[in-house]
Amino acid sequence: MCGIAGIIYRNDGGAHSVGHDMTRMLQSMKHRGPDSTGYALYGPAQKLVIMRYTLADANDPRDFDFEQRLEHHKNEVETRLRLLGATIHDVERETGYAYRVTFDYDGELKKVTDVVEDVPNAEVLSLGHSLEIVKDLGDAEQVAEQYGLDGFVGTHAIGHVRMATESDVDISGAHPYWAYPFGDVAVVHNGQLTNYFQWKHRLERNGHRFQSECDSEVIAVYLAEKMSDGYSLEDAMRESLDELDGVFTYICVTGDALGVAKDQMAAKPLVLYEADDIVALASEEIAIRAIVDHEIETWDPYEGEVMVWKR
Amino acid sequence: MEALAGERMIRYDARGLVEIDDVVPKISEIDGEKAVFDAKELTTRKINLELRWLLYEQGVKDVTVLNPGAKHSLGVGILTRCKITFDGSLGYFGCGVIDGPEIHIKGRVGWSVCENMMSGVVVIDSNAGSLTGAAMRGGDLVVKGKVGARTGVDQKGGTIIVLGRAGTMTGFMLQRGRMIFCDDVGAGLGDSMYDGTIYVAGKVRSLGIDCVPGEWTEADTELIERKFRIHGLGSPPDFQKFVCGKKLYNYDNLEPSERKLVL
Repeated sequence: MCGIAGIIYRNDGGAHSVGHDMTRMLQSMKHRGPDSTGYALYGPAQKLVIMRYTLADANDPRDFDFEQRLEHHKNEVETRLRLLGATIHDVERETGYAYRVTFDYDGELKKVTDVVEDVPNAEVLSLGHSLEIVKDLGDAEQVAEQYGLDGFVGTHAIGHVRMATESDVDISGAHPYWAYPFGDVAVVHNGQLTNYFQWKHRLERNGHRFQSECDSEVIAVYLAEKMSDGYSLEDAMRESLDELDGVFTYICVTGDALGVAKDQMAAKPLVLYEADDIVALASEEIAIRAIVDHEIETWDPYEGEVMVWKR
Repeated sequence: MEALAGERMIRYDARGLVEIDDVVPKISEIDGEKAVFDAKELTTRKINLELRWLLYEQGVKDVTVLNPGAKHSLGVGILTRCKITFDGSLGYFGCGVIDGPEIHIKGRVGWSVCENMMSGVVVIDSNAGSLTGAAMRGGDLVVKGKVGARTGVDQKGGTIIVLGRAGTMTGFMLQRGRMIFCDDVGAGLGDSMYDGTIYVAGKVRSLGIDCVPGEWTEADTELIERKFRIHGLGSPPDFQKFVCGKKLYNYDNLEPSERKLVL
């Protein structure tokens, strides 16, 4: 089933408690997917590159030398970043196996990912100047508490509660997906893609890599490739309506925009609330009500519709 | 009447979503045949228990529910003549399987409102989601805003009136009853319909399989004028009529197993 949500503040950039709002939206849709919860949050853009990565999964057995191995791999990641010419600013251990690194770096982001993911069990969740992807097993409140998201201040965000249908319940199967190798692009998806393998193979031949077995990841990589070919976010999303097959409603975010696309059958739900100060969208109205306290007018976007909002 | 009020009826709940031992909150302000209560702090089950308690046990005929907050499955299975006003929006599956009530929703509704409605009147002031009036069997459903996709899928009776735009596959597998759309409808209108009538005042993006324009009769004019008058919708616009082309009909062919019995 899955539940998706998105929120973008349109007035003065910056000081909104987007982490707290997204948690409330996702928690109210917990019944749509209790397996895992994910966030793609955008803080104020900065010069430093922010990388979120994991070195293990919540499900992994904690064997004898687990901690030692983790420490060894973490050091390896940092060594490799330094070898690439990055100046590490800060490293935070967010939870037992997830890290947030900020560093000064001017080169290609693809290279950073490839070099970091070459470390055993390392998986880059997000990379960019403002995007931070947090995902883990459990409901929104558990994940928010684990990663301290309540205090996250930013401009826009998307989130996802997952009911696994196509792949395992683990962190790599959880949404949102970062559009490797594009900094600051992420996707959440509700639905199933039927031409997943076709697109996966096609994109792999073009040199893209997939972290997971989840069909939704193909949307992120697909859009990333389109945008690298010079398409705007909106045009890439429009093209996806014809080229991706299946049922889907997905939300794609970039550093300054949030877009939503719905398939031709309108098979997956989405409710939209558009106001002067905020645009909020979610699989169910109850999620929008969780953050807006007054009476509001909401509606369902139609089939084959693509909408993009800039902040 | 205790069974009808819904208390202690559910004994097994594998997903842990139902509050098995819930009791009626009894927080309504009752004034003769009228009652009002605030649903803000109540769960879905508590709201429905309160509604049943008022309607079946307290002899209340007119209930106002404040702050429904887009919760799912509110006002379902009400099988008595009464008046209910929801002062706000409902989530999915609102007012499903009802028989008799006159319901006014002052906000928006989610997917599958009035699913399998048997009789009564439901008026929605704002927009509705997809699958509005799915498998509806009787009564009137009036949506004053827009509706999503597949409105009246598998409808078997009653009338659906929509003043705003409608999405794709509207009237999919319509079997009986009437649908009146005062604005544009999406692609695949009346796809695979068996019977029934669809009236559209706006543009039709495309007709579905076996849905064809029908011949306008006096009875159509009478029906539309009557429905607009009853619900106070002003003077009706000009409508086109669509019916089933009956090209997909294969009902005279017996199933292989039935054929054996006959021969």
